[in-house]
Amino acid sequence: MDEHIILNIKGLRLESVAGNVIVDNVDLQLRKGEVLGLIGESGAGKSTIGLSSMCYARAGVHIAGGEVSLDGTNIRTLDTEGRRQVRGKRIAYIAQSAAAAFNPAHSLMDQVCEAPVLHKLMTRPQAEAWARELFTALDLPNPQSFGARYPHQVSGGQLQRAMAAMAMSCRPDVLVLDEPTTALDVTTQIEVLILLKSLIRQYQTAALYITHDLAVVAQVADRIKVLRHGKEVEEGLTEQILHHANQDYTARLVAVRGAAASERAAPDTVKAQTVLSVKDCHAYYGDFHVVRGVSLDVKLGETVAVVGESGSGKSTLARIITGLLAPRSGEIVFQGKALPSALVGRSKELKRTIQLVYQIPDVAINPRQSVQDIVGRPVEFYFGAGRAEVLARAKELMTLVELPQDFLQRRPGQLSGGQKQRVCIARALAAKPDLIILDEPTSALDPLVAEEILTLLRKLQRELGLSYVLITHDLDVVHRIAHRTAVMLQGQFVAFDETDKIFDHPEHPYTQKLITAVPEMRVDWLDEVMARRQTAAA
Amino acid sequence: MKLFGHKLTVSAAIGMAVVGLFVFISLFTPWIAPYSESANVAGTWDEPSAKLLFGADQIGRDMLTRMMYGSRMTIGVALAITTLSFAIGILTGLVSAVVGGWVDVFFTRLVDVMLSIPSLIFALIILGVFGSSIPVLIMTIAVLDSTRVFRLARALGMNLTVMEYVEAARLRGEGLWWVITREILPNAWAPLVSEFGLRFCFNFLFIAGLSFLGLGIQPPYADLGGMVRENAAAINFGIMAPIYPATAIALLTVSVNLVVDWMLSIDARPSGAQAEL
Repeated sequence: MDEHIILNIKGLRLESVAGNVIVDNVDLQLRKGEVLGLIGESGAGKSTIGLSSMCYARAGVHIAGGEVSLDGTNIRTLDTEGRRQVRGKRIAYIAQSAAAAFNPAHSLMDQVCEAPVLHKLMTRPQAEAWARELFTALDLPNPQSFGARYPHQVSGGQLQRAMAAMAMSCRPDVLVLDEPTTALDVTTQIEVLILLKSLIRQYQTAALYITHDLAVVAQVADRIKVLRHGKEVEEGLTEQILHHANQDYTARLVAVRGAAASERAAPDTVKAQTVLSVKDCHAYYGDFHVVRGVSLDVKLGETVAVVGESGSGKSTLARIITGLLAPRSGEIVFQGKALPSALVGRSKELKRTIQLVYQIPDVAINPRQSVQDIVGRPVEFYFGAGRAEVLARAKELMTLVELPQDFLQRRPGQLSGGQKQRVCIARALAAKPDLIILDEPTSALDPLVAEEILTLLRKLQRELGLSYVLITHDLDVVHRIAHRTAVMLQGQFVAFDETDKIFDHPEHPYTQKLITAVPEMRVDWLDEVMARRQTAAA
Repeated sequence: MKLFGHKLTVSAAIGMAVVGLFVFISLFTPWIAPYSESANVAGTWDEPSAKLLFGADQIGRDMLTRMMYGSRMTIGVALAITTLSFAIGILTGLVSAVVGGWVDVFFTRLVDVMLSIPSLIFALIILGVFGSSIPVLIMTIAVLDSTRVFRLARALGMNLTVMEYVEAARLRGEGLWWVITREILPNAWAPLVSEFGLRFCFNFLFIAGLSFLGLGIQPPYADLGGMVRENAAAINFGIMAPIYPATAIALLTVSVNLVVDWMLSIDARPSGAQAEL
């Protein structure tokens, strides 16, 4: 056996309590100092495998078979105490959502120092000194005093880095990183990515990097393992997976991500007539000035994208247009008439013509209603249709969003994420709207599914001449669908122009930063960025 | 054994069997009771025998017959109270959560005021003023009890009203009634049903307590709390008479709780789910 192998998983099998197989016969080898990327869509079992490398299974799931060996010892045969000795000390875990993983009642230093002191590896002063060294390595502000802060006092990106420090506190042999940058904005993601990469390099830690984003994993991983439905699809060196995939599924994953970066595919549907125009809108949450003088117009059959990071005010803009939040000043004109700012002032007919599609389809449709109730209700409500008419229209809508008609009898719990989003779109279409506001319509979906939803949205625009306002943080989505794009920063538009112009000739520094922060599907992209930043700093 | 797709525990099975027995007896009392409700068939506090299974009461009526009628009355009234209390509590609680603003302030403060007065004292005052008849009894306890249902319904409503499907219904222009009955209520049933069982227990005990104090259900109707009071003096002579109705009260309360515990446990987590450590 290769003596450099630190983590060796053989024939791993996990089952749910109900008896479903979650992970089926997966083998995995990790050598010292090596990074293995685990990639796949949701439900592929990547997080489950990540956790079971510590011999841990989430509630409702149990490890049914296989071997998990760390440095030659099968930790599955250890008792609870033995496993506790391994966890945190020799294998550490970095979770996706740092905000949910930290205890808000303790300072960061207490939480970072807890593990080495508990495992009797260091005394508290030693642990604190080591923590400060890690804070410095992770480029956290004021590393000497950073630990005194509490989780709510630092930003999301800093918290994610603090969790990396926590994971490294015992100098583990293996680091499991479960989507460490997914919850972050693009510009923050790249910073965290750079620091994680240099941390892993500096301390020669072996790592399992779990993500759904191929471009991200290409930057950090030596090898990539592709998973689907709990089974291994293929494994290979990063270069080989990106350029010479053996399996069709892998090739499709690569193709979607590649196409998104290059292909511009907004349909040619724009008419001269203006549907919506927002003029110099200001909105506040309490005293907080969220939207600061935004002006926007949307033409018939046009898609206007509003791009920005979290907190930029883009979702607030959507709430203003739908009437959920009344702006303090400014004017909204819809189809040539001034639109009452509050929802209560809008007639049923006006409510019908503007529809909203939400980000997370799981909570956007009522789990206790059948698809027929969900899709049929607007037909009944707005057009006063009878039972037979509602059913006929519901069937028609199902065809429109490319779902089988027998899905009408199903409940949301029996649908996949992509199917639920199709139901949401069908519900919006049921009202025969003129304008649909798409609030991050694909960001909760897997890449292949997201691509299908975008294709559907383009098709509907071509067939029905719909206008869209697309709110997103994902620049790839913008490429694929938007005619014009507005870039939003701190409540203002820093750019608003044809999508091609924005991408090809970004003028504002923030737009440039945003565009260059999107990971490209090249292995050396991150290294290039790091080198560029170093020369810029020098 | 499984029920509604969930594994039935031993305690839940016992609870269901006892509750089922009580329900059966309450429904069919007039046909299965050995004697009529008010017939004198023996001497005061006669010993149990083959003819009188639990002996006789203080004026020589069959104890078993009285307990059957008593259960029927007490369970029936408790059920009526709980149903009414849930109707009031759910409606006001959900309206409060969905509408918010001053409506919410009004209802919550009103409920705070009512909760600040001990409910037994409150009930005693009302029943003392209006006299104790069954409709007054039901109305009084239902209104008092609805304050607690209101709290639960409002909390559930608050969590659900922020869901995006509720926002979608509002954006569509749906009215309050639709939002409450179609969007929110179907998602709040599970906790409300378990709470119904618990509130039923409390109300059952509360009427039994009131009757024991002489302010609940009035003679000649039999009821379990009243029977304990009427036969209380028997204890001085070492006679078991008041123990039987008291045991019936305890038995039903414990059994309903066993069933509710089981319902809460299936509501809380998928069966058998526990992290592997």
